[in-house]
Amino acid sequence: MYQLKAVDKKFPGVHALKAVDFQIKRGEIVGLVGENGAGKSTLMKVIYGAYQPDGGTVTIDGKAVRFQNPRQAMEKGIGMVFQEQSLIPNLTVMENIFLGYERQFVRLGVINWKAMSEAAKKQLAKVKLDIDPATVTSALSFAQRQLVELAKVLTLEERVDGDLVILLDEPTSVLAEDEVKMLFTIVRDLTKRASFIFVSHRMDEVMELSDRIYVMKDGAVVDVVARGAATAEQIQQKMVGRSVDQEYYREQRQKPYDAAKVLLEMDSVSLPGRIKDISLKLHAGEVLCLVGTEGAGREAILRTTYGMRTPVSGKLKIKGNAVSGFNPQAAVAAGVGYVPRERKIEGIVAGMNVYENMTLSQMGRYSRAGVLNVAAEKALARDWIGKLSIKAHSEYADCGNLSGGNQQKVVLSKWRSGGSDIMLLDHPTRGLDIGAKEDVYEMIRDMSDDGVGVILVADTLEEAIGLSHTIIVLKDGAIQQRFECRPGAKPTLYDLLHYMI
Amino acid sequence: MATPFLPLIQGGAPLREDRVRQLMTRENAIRWAPLLVLIGLIILFTAINPAFLSQRNFARIAIAASPALMVAIGVTFIIVMGSIDLSMEGTVGLTAVLFCFVFLATGGTLAAGAWVAIPVILLVGALIGLVNGLVHVKLRIPSFMASLAIGFVGTGAAVLITGGDIVKIDDDTFRALLTWRIAGFPLMVYVVAAMTVLAWFIQSHTTLGRNFYAVGGGEELAHASGLNVRRVRIMGFVLAGVFYAVAGILQVAKLGQAESVSGANFMFISITSVVVGGVALWGGIGGIWNTVVGVLIVNVINNGMVVIGLPNYLQDGMLGLLVIVAVVLSTDRRSISFVK
Ligand SMILES: Nc1ncnc2c1ncn2[C@@H]1O[C@H](COP(=O)(O)OP(=O)(O)OP(=O)(O)O)[C@@H](O)[C@H]1O
Ligand SMILES: [Mg+2]
Repeated sequence: MYQLKAVDKKFPGVHALKAVDFQIKRGEIVGLVGENGAGKSTLMKVIYGAYQPDGGTVTIDGKAVRFQNPRQAMEKGIGMVFQEQSLIPNLTVMENIFLGYERQFVRLGVINWKAMSEAAKKQLAKVKLDIDPATVTSALSFAQRQLVELAKVLTLEERVDGDLVILLDEPTSVLAEDEVKMLFTIVRDLTKRASFIFVSHRMDEVMELSDRIYVMKDGAVVDVVARGAATAEQIQQKMVGRSVDQEYYREQRQKPYDAAKVLLEMDSVSLPGRIKDISLKLHAGEVLCLVGTEGAGREAILRTTYGMRTPVSGKLKIKGNAVSGFNPQAAVAAGVGYVPRERKIEGIVAGMNVYENMTLSQMGRYSRAGVLNVAAEKALARDWIGKLSIKAHSEYADCGNLSGGNQQKVVLSKWRSGGSDIMLLDHPTRGLDIGAKEDVYEMIRDMSDDGVGVILVADTLEEAIGLSHTIIVLKDGAIQQRFECRPGAKPTLYDLLHYMI
Repeated sequence: MATPFLPLIQGGAPLREDRVRQLMTRENAIRWAPLLVLIGLIILFTAINPAFLSQRNFARIAIAASPALMVAIGVTFIIVMGSIDLSMEGTVGLTAVLFCFVFLATGGTLAAGAWVAIPVILLVGALIGLVNGLVHVKLRIPSFMASLAIGFVGTGAAVLITGGDIVKIDDDTFRALLTWRIAGFPLMVYVVAAMTVLAWFIQSHTTLGRNFYAVGGGEELAHASGLNVRRVRIMGFVLAGVFYAVAGILQVAKLGQAESVSGANFMFISITSVVVGGVALWGGIGGIWNTVVGVLIVNVINNGMVVIGLPNYLQDGMLGLLVIVAVVLSTDRRSISFVK
């Protein structure tokens, strides 16, 4: 039904798509996997009309088409749910859902808000999201926003008669497990009406959901696998080009932490509505994992530590010093580093290049009397581009043009190279391919060896269990249980889940 | 941060063929567009009247552009931060007038110690900028409101000090800025060139310059990276104030006098130049070199219309039109979905 033939796309210094053949049939769910920077998002953007291919043909039902912009693609029934959040935060949910298509609610030049709200409710029901359509988008959690984006795309159902193709670029990376399950149910339901292209770095999800899987490497499709025709390991090997280490979480490198050296201490810290009575200690060389569902208070703990929120009661001590009137600047000065979850807003500056982004939080170390040592900055960037195999044509590459996973790698190197000894990592492996994940796990072990204390909010429970010395389970902002995780004596998934819900 | 006019040094594919292709991309077309517009204008005016392409005429353009360039560079720092500064007319007027007063009060000639007026006035410029920044940041007033208000206060203060009169300076040593020529260009052009290099150095080799781009490119991120965003903003206005003060002094050197309206017109000229040069008004993109080219474009248009003998009453309208054409040709409007 929808077909790409020998599609090519080049960017300055990057050949992002090399003669890609791709097709999708009615009602089919197609998976798309590949390393960071393999070209998945670029392929999606070509399909969606955001980029025009440099070569090759696109056909729908045998007819050649060429989209100048996403709107034209939408009129042909192609909709995209973005990898990075694309809703306008200061608009309400319904305004976002019908952005650009308000005409249907306009009578004599006036918008009928009630009708729009009704219609929005209907769309939200499709994704089983029960919120007031008049809520301002910025008040929603990341997961909720993701669902709103899906609901927005699903308005195509009413607008277009023909077949729909809905593109999902890493939709699950911000979702919790039950939310992922629900999303899958919704997607399967919708195959009556639409085909889906699904991009994810979580192999189990891709294998569970997809009818066929396209494997990409370096801009080319290297294989197409039918459901059940290959194991996860085989597919991973195809996309990385080597076999993946069994000892994924580097457990053999987990050493006991230095219990005598407390880096961070929270004493019954509370933030109304977010966390209550949180007491914890972080030691040198310790990996402390916060586990809980969305909104359980994990992020609030990180943000309080980083001075982005001021606790209402309780004490926070960093390296023995009680802190008050804390802010990110003081936190950085005290040796705290923070890899946030929302990298588009708080992770990298688009428009600044790789080395400028890497030294942003540590310019003091790369300057004397306010004058920057640019040569040293570049050397640092080149070093990390090599260490984490960041796909960028050089240290001058604009970070806004890097693939999602490679942006994440830049954020990680920014803080790791900054010499912080208290690291707050919020979903550090979000959007990373397996190879890069391994690099990050290796990096976390290196940090422990260097006496760095890490507070981690992991991407999956397995990751939390595999990496941590200590796990703290949170629920509704309060600590439920604390687990010691010595290698060989780790708690099981079930142990944790039991306290989470 | 974009290093606008240096695409060649950006690393990348070592292959010749790839290099060539890389040079012809849309990004590069956008990067070089302002310069091409400038060259195109020069060719156009020369074709109409060959006298345009003379060293003397270029010197004239350079003199006219000098104070304007200082103002435009000052506001560039602010625009890169994603803010706007509209205090330039008041600041230039007030610093020009104050410069004359201090100059006359300290001897009336550079030789007799009136050079003191120069650092004093630069300091005054910095102070006005500081007030601007403090009002904007501490009182949380949008920058355009805060600076517009301070600009009016500046103009008002200048009227108050002069009583509406013109203050004249005729010190030969000071006027040497205009009269002493090296290779056909007066000294002030070299001063401006040196200040421009200084501005470029601040932009690309100091933490302050980097911070401007960080704030303009992503304020929340800059904050989350531990930068003191409020301080950066205030420093930006201080720096802009210093450059406005330089423009004030040059304005006196150019005309030999100052009055409360010495700064008139600078708002339109400087902001137009910045936009024509390709600095994005929403921050983070472009820089000093864009502004230099932008100022030259606007001044070449101005001068060219005189040289080709366009009647006076048509010039203003023509300038407006040509500026719009220049903006259309030289800036990338495709990436902006909303123009504010
Ligand atoms: N607008 C752009 N300008 C220049 N290069 C780009 C642009 N967009 C993407 N690229 C480059 O194209 C390549 C493919 O990027 P793409 O975003 O498609 O990767 P991806 O497979 O989605 O990776 P990830 O899993 O990390 O999201 C990368 O090397 C990236 O740097
Ligand atoms: Mg991607």
